[in-house]
Amino acid sequence: MKLWTTTAALIALALPAAAQDDCASGKTLTEGRLTVATGNPAYYPWVMDDAPESGQGFEAAVAYAVAAEMGFAADQVDWVRTSFDQAIQPGAKDFDFNLQQYSITEDREKMVDFSAPYYTSAMAVLTTQGVVDAGATPTIESLRALKWGADANTTAVPMLAELIQPASDPLLYGDNADVTAAMQAGQIDAALFDLPTALYLAAVVVDGGVILGQFPPERSQNPDQFGMLMEEGSALKPCVDAALASLTESGKLAEIEAEWLQATTGVPLIQ
Amino acid sequence: MTQTRRQIFEARQRRRASTIAAASTAGVLLALIVLIPMAPGWEAVKRSFFNPEVFARTFPGLLEAFLLDVAIFAWCAPLIAALGLLVALLRDLRSPALYPLRLAAVVYTDIFRGLPVILVIYLIGFGIPGLGLPRPWNSPYLWGSLALILVYAAYVAEVIRSGIESVHDSQRAAALSLGLSQSDTMRYVILPQALRRVVPANMNLFIALQKDVALLSFIGPVEIFRQAGVYKSLLANFTPYVGAALIFLAITIPATRYADHLMNRERRRRT
Repeated sequence: MKLWTTTAALIALALPAAAQDDCASGKTLTEGRLTVATGNPAYYPWVMDDAPESGQGFEAAVAYAVAAEMGFAADQVDWVRTSFDQAIQPGAKDFDFNLQQYSITEDREKMVDFSAPYYTSAMAVLTTQGVVDAGATPTIESLRALKWGADANTTAVPMLAELIQPASDPLLYGDNADVTAAMQAGQIDAALFDLPTALYLAAVVVDGGVILGQFPPERSQNPDQFGMLMEEGSALKPCVDAALASLTESGKLAEIEAEWLQATTGVPLIQ
Repeated sequence: MTQTRRQIFEARQRRRASTIAAASTAGVLLALIVLIPMAPGWEAVKRSFFNPEVFARTFPGLLEAFLLDVAIFAWCAPLIAALGLLVALLRDLRSPALYPLRLAAVVYTDIFRGLPVILVIYLIGFGIPGLGLPRPWNSPYLWGSLALILVYAAYVAEVIRSGIESVHDSQRAAALSLGLSQSDTMRYVILPQALRRVVPANMNLFIALQKDVALLSFIGPVEIFRQAGVYKSLLANFTPYVGAALIFLAITIPATRYADHLMNRERRRRT
């Protein structure tokens, strides 16, 4: 009888570890657990209510789907928060992967590892009704004359130079909140964001916010593709890539996207 | 010329001291050069902070952005000096009827010396333009500079006031008894002495200002700190910050040495 209970207890203990596929086992920060990082705060519609544990929001849902694909149950996923700088600092990372709309670029790839892309974003022009009333139209010529702003930590900065080439130097800010504050203060006319973020900012944050138009991903030489950031040389990368590939194949990734990211077809294309 | 025994002894002591100083400095340097690269993370830190390739790519852009820092400094510094002097003079008003002015000066210095610079920059840089000023009167350059001027003038005012108070009251009494008016006493007797005494202290403030100019980047202007941040984000590498630090040091170290020199001269002059 005693032997029985001991065996049962041992099996119960061993089960969570045994549940992972062969790929991920032994490669995570904590054996049998997956540590995922997101921003602080994490923004809608990527994470709802700044609570990734709920699995609500596009990136939270993707993280749990990838975890499940690698054999981690929802209660085996731990969340931590990092800034961009913490994510790229040298030394040991405190996460297995980090997702907060990190665009994959060749230069960044030299310093950290990215998974296969889990989302390809259009870039969108956020502005205010006042600017539209003053005659701004979704054409390159009209956009060029506007006073531009962007979040300095994003690939929107090179995108601005590539897609629009504004007549005056853009003003750059530390985060979304500062960009919208400057727009509210009338210091900038327009700002470039990935489309889901722009839709959210226009609907909720900026008074009289409007999306003037979007640049579809194929317009850019380096479209904005989001990848999960991992330590350079991460052993987990093949497992995450395999999980994402199977999610893409099964249509699950597209399903999650349809559930959390609004239909973007209503936004006019920029001529 | 023969040396006394005492001179020989002192010369030997000096030689001994220099030898020990040189040996200990060499020892410390050697330990740093040998020990730091032995740390397990050194390769990663080197790639991330001291990357020659990234340095070469970003340094010219940083230098160009630094011109904006210099420009902001150049137009703020004289205004700070003028406002600081004015406030110091207001605090020294002795006529009872002008007490409100004196009180205002006290309140002003208390408030602006007590607030973090960055908070003042946010409040004035976003807040005042947010009231609905038309362009170009809502420019972040304008209001950001005003924030710097207000904060630094409060410090300068206190420094100048300490200079004014260091001039002995008997000088004022003597000037008045010679028939000089209050304002002439201040202008020809007190201020020339007071200002000379506080030059070193003010030099220190201007060195600090040189660095705090970078805080203006929080409200939009792309000066060197922001430009380095953009490079950091695009390249996922901190080397651009090191480049920016070197540029700052190239300016601030000579300025600091010059302030020391002035301070020494002042001390010699007084003794």
